[in-house]
Parts: sequence; structure tokens; C-alpha cells
Amino acid sequence: MNKYIIVILMTLLSGLAFSQEKVEGVVLDSEGANALSLSGANVYWQDSQTGVVTDFDGKFSIPYLKEFNRLIISYVGFESDTLTINEPKTIRVSLKPSNELDEVVVQQQRDAIQKTYFSPQNVITVNSDELLKAACCNLAESFETNPAIDVNLSDGLTGTKQIQMLGLTSPYLLITQENIPMVRGASQAYGLTFTPGTWIESIQITKGAGSVVNGYESISGQINTELVKPLTDNAVFVNGYANQNGRYELNTHFNRKLTEKWSTGLYIHGNKRTQIEDDNEDGFLDAPLGEQLNVMNRWQYQDAEKGFVSFFNVRFLNDEKQVGQVDFNPDTYRVDVGNRSLSGAEVWGSEINTRRFDTSLKLGYVFPELPFQSFGFQTSYSYHKQDSYFGFRTYDINHESLYSNLIFNSIIGDTRNKFKTGITFAYDGYDEIVTATDYSRVDNSVGAFFEYSYENLEKVSLTAGLRVDNHNRLGTFVTPRFHIRYTPWDKGSLRGSFGRGKRAANIFAENQQLFASARTINIADSGGSVYGLEPEDAWNYGVSFLQGFNFLNRKGDISLDYYITDFENQIVVDWETPQEVSFYNLDGDSSAKSFQIELNYELLKRLNFRTSYKFYDVSTDYKSGSLQKPLLAQDRFFINLGYETEAKENGSQWKFDYTLHSMGKKRLPDTSSNPVEYQLAEFSSPYNHMNAQITKVFSKNIEVYLGAENLSDIQQSNPVLGANDPFGPNFDTTIVFAPIMGRMFYGGFRFKI
Amino acid sequence: MKTTILSVAMMLIAVLTYAQDKNKKMTFDVNGKCAMCKERIEEAALNVKGVKYANWSIPTHQLDIIMDERKTDAMKIKMAIVEVGHDTKELKATDEAYNSVHPCCLYREDNSDDGQHHGNKQ
Repeated sequence: MNKYIIVILMTLLSGLAFSQEKVEGVVLDSEGANALSLSGANVYWQDSQTGVVTDFDGKFSIPYLKEFNRLIISYVGFESDTLTINEPKTIRVSLKPSNELDEVVVQQQRDAIQKTYFSPQNVITVNSDELLKAACCNLAESFETNPAIDVNLSDGLTGTKQIQMLGLTSPYLLITQENIPMVRGASQAYGLTFTPGTWIESIQITKGAGSVVNGYESISGQINTELVKPLTDNAVFVNGYANQNGRYELNTHFNRKLTEKWSTGLYIHGNKRTQIEDDNEDGFLDAPLGEQLNVMNRWQYQDAEKGFVSFFNVRFLNDEKQVGQVDFNPDTYRVDVGNRSLSGAEVWGSEINTRRFDTSLKLGYVFPELPFQSFGFQTSYSYHKQDSYFGFRTYDINHESLYSNLIFNSIIGDTRNKFKTGITFAYDGYDEIVTATDYSRVDNSVGAFFEYSYENLEKVSLTAGLRVDNHNRLGTFVTPRFHIRYTPWDKGSLRGSFGRGKRAANIFAENQQLFASARTINIADSGGSVYGLEPEDAWNYGVSFLQGFNFLNRKGDISLDYYITDFENQIVVDWETPQEVSFYNLDGDSSAKSFQIELNYELLKRLNFRTSYKFYDVSTDYKSGSLQKPLLAQDRFFINLGYETEAKENGSQWKFDYTLHSMGKKRLPDTSSNPVEYQLAEFSSPYNHMNAQITKVFSKNIEVYLGAENLSDIQQSNPVLGANDPFGPNFDTTIVFAPIMGRMFYGGFRFKI
Repeated sequence: MKTTILSVAMMLIAVLTYAQDKNKKMTFDVNGKCAMCKERIEEAALNVKGVKYANWSIPTHQLDIIMDERKTDAMKIKMAIVEVGHDTKELKATDEAYNSVHPCCLYREDNSDDGQHHGNKQ
């Protein structure tokens, strides 16, 4: 009984409230009995902040406001009506049809540029201007002017540049090309040199745990390369490069828009080096003899109206390298691998020949009515074949890879809450033969991911992702990754992240430099699923702070970051005994800690200054005890200066660029058990490495550049240990801690229409 | 019989869809002038329950909205926008609300598109 009374009271009260404070009514399309109600009509107080819309029955209820007395009722296609209302009441409004449309319907325009919010991830974008600062020659060499990435020589023979981030080498990075995993498996050692520099449109470097969308393999970061697009690249582009040491490169691009929707591009790269260089007179080539042919054809399809975007790529690569002693001739001096007896007249040599075929398809669909909802599908196939030998050792690997990723993007509620979800499928087949041992295997995995991101426009954004994968060697496992950004004040940005990564190490492909040594290879088989070893598993944690500022009216920014990668398991590559290299599961601790401080500032108009200092603490428990990672400079200092003159109307200008890398001492692998003449110091000496380049832009069509690498002419005198007896027990080309090539000048041109 | 039920159901669904579009798209004028205005307008719109997408164009002063009609309507969005100081065709911000915007966003004096210029000044 009581309940009823309350309900009745409530109803009465609310009824009273209504009649006292509201103006209610109905909006009709005409007078007379056949009038239809108008739903969606605007009802509002003139010059006020208050308005309502009529409901499905044409009814409305608007608060009565003493300050305003003119109520406007408007509807498209009808004349607006203004009523004078001095008290709350119920009204009936009939609108008169109007001949004029008072509201112009504006055709929906699609934004040419997608809005980019501040990312919660610590992403550094290297754009094409930055890439031109180091004119030569491929992806591996594109990071010289960027302090986030360290570039080192991987060995004393091939001249291959190896990259490191947060103190860890490239196998711990996920390297993608337009978000499709690219440099992995068999291509780990030389893959970066297979993307010519002129093909690159931009590079995005993500420090720390990456996104879960592209897989579970990244541990210390992700590097994504965007290639030039047929629709936006120059119709014709030609780039020629030559250097003092006989390296020649030629790049040509041809792009054509075929129809409104289709465009295509053909990109051809060739390079060659035939000149014998042995500056340090150790009898070994300082840089390989070789040639590369690299051809890519891209197709781009774009239909903005229907919301379709698609890319189709085909690429073929042939790369041949010959290294070793200067007199080596592969046709006559090649040693007999089967019969290891030596006559004494042998010449040490090595050839590394790679053929690769790649194809990929990307398909994107944006729902035309819902700009925040889209589907993305990526699939790629590659076949990579490397045939190589290093003195007595042969190493052949064929890697066939298939990768597919389906992504769905949408929102939860509104565009501040977005998500990506999808499934990934990957297959990797390896035929791998190390001298006479067959390590062939097949890896496959299937996984699903979900990534939620929150963007409160300027204040806070975060990305939280989770993926679950089932892999035939790694088992079923969960990969969580989390990023947050907070803006405490103007131009400040505080970020934090953590995440897990897991991978099957390709111990031979990743450590190929060890083949060119007399070291015996030991694998401590623990019955694991990958070469008898366990999968690598690590967590990465990081914080960073970025502050932009204006000093003396010029812009600048300062950033600090600190990252820790903590290994649960790692395949330890132990070469602390000079005659051996051992691979074993981590027993104890292994972590990589990295600190970086960076300053960017415009010193004078068009004179940009960038400097950074980095400190690494990368220690691993080896069988012989805990040691710092060998050949890694714990302290590094970097300066880059760039100046441009003001561009004239026809685009002509000068550009100057100077880079200094200052390397602290590096710990060298233990050589104390070698005979005295093959022993090295405990640490290498610090050194400064400088590059400079001048570019003259004549017009929008043509520019030439001239530059020099290693201006201070720093050279390691003994990159090949035991060079006098390459078949002897002390031969080792792996301990490289300084440049091998001395000062080197180069020049080139770019022509574009 | 079955077909009748089916067609009735279909009609009901059709009517419902007509009446209450989950992803109703609309465009209307909002006064403002710069990137800061854009941010403020879009945030005000997104803070209205049921608004899924908001994109204000600096040069055209048009606000594109995608909303769930079951949860909100145009006037509710406009009320939220005038509350943070931006005039619409129907509703006008009070002087108090208008004066709360950043001084460089005072569009009533000069309602031009200075998006580029302003962006650099920041």
C-alpha cells in the first residue's frame, strides 16, 4: 500500500514540476485535421544556450527560462516560427512549408590528412629529408643521423652494418616494411641492406614494447619502413652514387598513374664494387667485391568514394658478395670442404650469394559512412635462398615464409575509445645446412589480438594490447603490451610502457659472422624445441619524458628515456673462449639497461643542432661469470648539425650536414688464452667518427651531393686476427670494434621529374 | 503466415532503423577559428553521450557528426557546444561562456580562418 502512495506522489510531483518549469508542445506540418507531426524539428530560445529536438511524434519539452521569451521553431523545408512565451504552457505549433531551402546541404568531404594524435608509444619518425642527410645507400645506413639506433660493423669481412637499439642487436627488434615483418629468419644478417635507400619514404622507430598488432617477436622495439608510393612518388627519378673505394649505385624509379584509381611504379636498383681495397695491408679485402640487382614493381589502387585502398608488390633480388684474401679467386682457389687436408697453397675466401623473391598484398577498406571503422588485410610470401661458404665452412639456408594478418578497427562509444582486433597466421619453412649438419625445420603459428586505445585528445592517451598465439615450437602463450602518455603541462609528454616478447632464435642466421673464424661451434642441447634450446623470452619496461621549448624565439626539445629489457630466457652467444663459440640457455640474469638524453634546437635560422648522450649497461651471466656485452660502447655521444640556405623560387639551395659519433671504450671478448701475438687488450680505445655532406639543389629537378665518411680517418689495424694464417687455429674476423675503411669521399646526383 | 510475420518484422525493423539510426550522420555550422577551437568543439561534442565521431573543419566551420540517434539529438550536441563558448546557428553562447575561450579564439571579432597562422603561433 505504502509503495503505491509513494509512486502516486512521485508522479504528481513530477507532473507539477513539469507544468511549472517547462514549455511543452507538438510541432505539425500544417494546420487542419490532417496535419502530420514533424519529428526532428529544432525548438530553442533565441540567443540562448538551450534547445531541444522534437521526438518521433513531433512532441517537445523545453525548460522555461525567464531571461528569454522568444521561442524559435525551425525545420528544414519550412518557414521558421518565432513565438513569444511569457509563462510555462503547452503549445501547438504549425509550420508553413517554405519554398526556399534555408539550410544548404554540404557535401561530405574526406580529410586528406588523417588527424594524428600524440601517440602513447615513443615513436620517432625519420622522414625523407632526414634520410637524405646520409646519402648512401640502404636501410642499414639510414640511421647514421639518428641517435636512437646504433650502427656497427657486424664483422671484419662483409662491411655489413648491423643495427642496435637499447643495447640489443636487430634480432630483438621487429623490422617491418609497411607493417609486414620483413628482416627476420634467414635475412636477419643482411636483410637491411636489401632495401635501397631511395625506396624509403619514411621510417618509424618505436622504442620499447611495440604494438601487439604486428606480432609477438619484438622485444626492444620496432622499426617500420614506409616505401615510396606510385601515386605520390616522382614520375621519373634517377640517382647515381659513386665512392672512392669503387662502390657504384644506380637507382631508377618510374611511376605512372594509369586511371583515376590505379597507379603503378617500377623501381630498379643496382650496385657493384669491383675495386680491391686493402688499406690496412693484412691481405684481406676491407670491403667485399659484389653486386646486387633489386627490382620491385608496385601497384596502388585507391577508390576514396567506396573506401578501398590496396597495394600489391612484387620484388626480386640477387645479391653476390665475395670476401676474404685479396688473391682469392673462387674458380680456382676454393678449398675442398670434404677433404680438409691442405697443401699450403690455399687462399682463404668466402662467397655469400642471396636470391630472394617477395610478394605482398595489402587491402584496406574504410566504411564510407563510418570513417572510424575499417578492415585491413595484409598477406605476404617470400622465398629467401642464401648459399655461402667461409673457408672450410658452408652455410646454406632456404627460408620460405608466409604471413597473413587481418585487422578490424572500430570504436567503443566514441572515437576517443578505439580498438583493433584480428588474427595472424604465419608459416616459416627453413632448409638450413651448416657444413654437413641439417637443421631444417618448420615453424607455424596462429594468433589473435585485441588492442584498446584511449585518447583524451590532449591530456592522456593509452594503448593496451593483448595477443594469444599458438606456435608449434613456442607453445601457447600470451603477449601483453601497454603504453601510456600523459601531458602534465604545455609541450611536455611523459610516457611509460611495458611488454613481453618471445621468439625462436635463428642462432646461425643471426650470428653468421662467427663462421668466418676458426672457432668451433657448440650448442648446449637442453632438449628444447629450437636447435635443442629454449625460446627467448623477455620483458621490456621503459619511461620517457619529452619537453618542447622556445628559447630566444627558436624551437627546441629535450628528451630523456630509460629502458630495461629483462630476459627470462635468452640464447647466450658466448665467444669468451677464443677457439669456441657456444650457444646455451641463459642460466642466471641477463638484462639490457639503456639511458638516453637528447637535445634538438634550432641554433640559428635553418641551422639545426641535435646532440645526445647514451649510457648502456648490458650484462649477461655467462658460464664464466657476469660480463658486459662485448663490442658495445657503454658511453656514446652524438652531434648532428644541419644547415640549409633559404630556398629560391625554383627550389635551388645549399644543404650542409655534419655528424659526430663519439664512442667510449668497448669490452673485447677474452683472448688471453691465445698466443701473445693474437691477444687483444681488455678494452678498445675510444674514438670519434665523423661524416659530412654538402648538397647543392639546382632546381626541383636536379641536385648533386658530395660527402665524406670517417673524416678523422680512424681505422682498426687488425680486424682479422691471424690474417697471416687463415686456416690456422687463431683465425678470427669477428672482433671488430672500429671502422675498417679509412677516410672516404663520395658523390652523387638525384634527378626527378 | 510465416511470410506475414516475417514481413511485419521486416517493416518494424525498417521503421525502427528509420526512426533511430545508430550511426546518424549530420553536418552543421559551428563558429570558431583555429586549431584550439577545433579541439574544444570536438571534445564538447564527444562528451555528449551517443556522439561517436566529431570532426570540425577550420576553413569551412562545418562540424561533421556521427551519433547514435537513440541516445542523443542535434540540439543536445549544440547545447554542449555553446556551453564551451561556440555559437551555432540556433543557439548562442552566453557572454560568460564565450569569454571563457582562450583570447586568441575570440571568433566573434574576426570569424576568419586563421588555422595556419594560429598553428604556428602556438
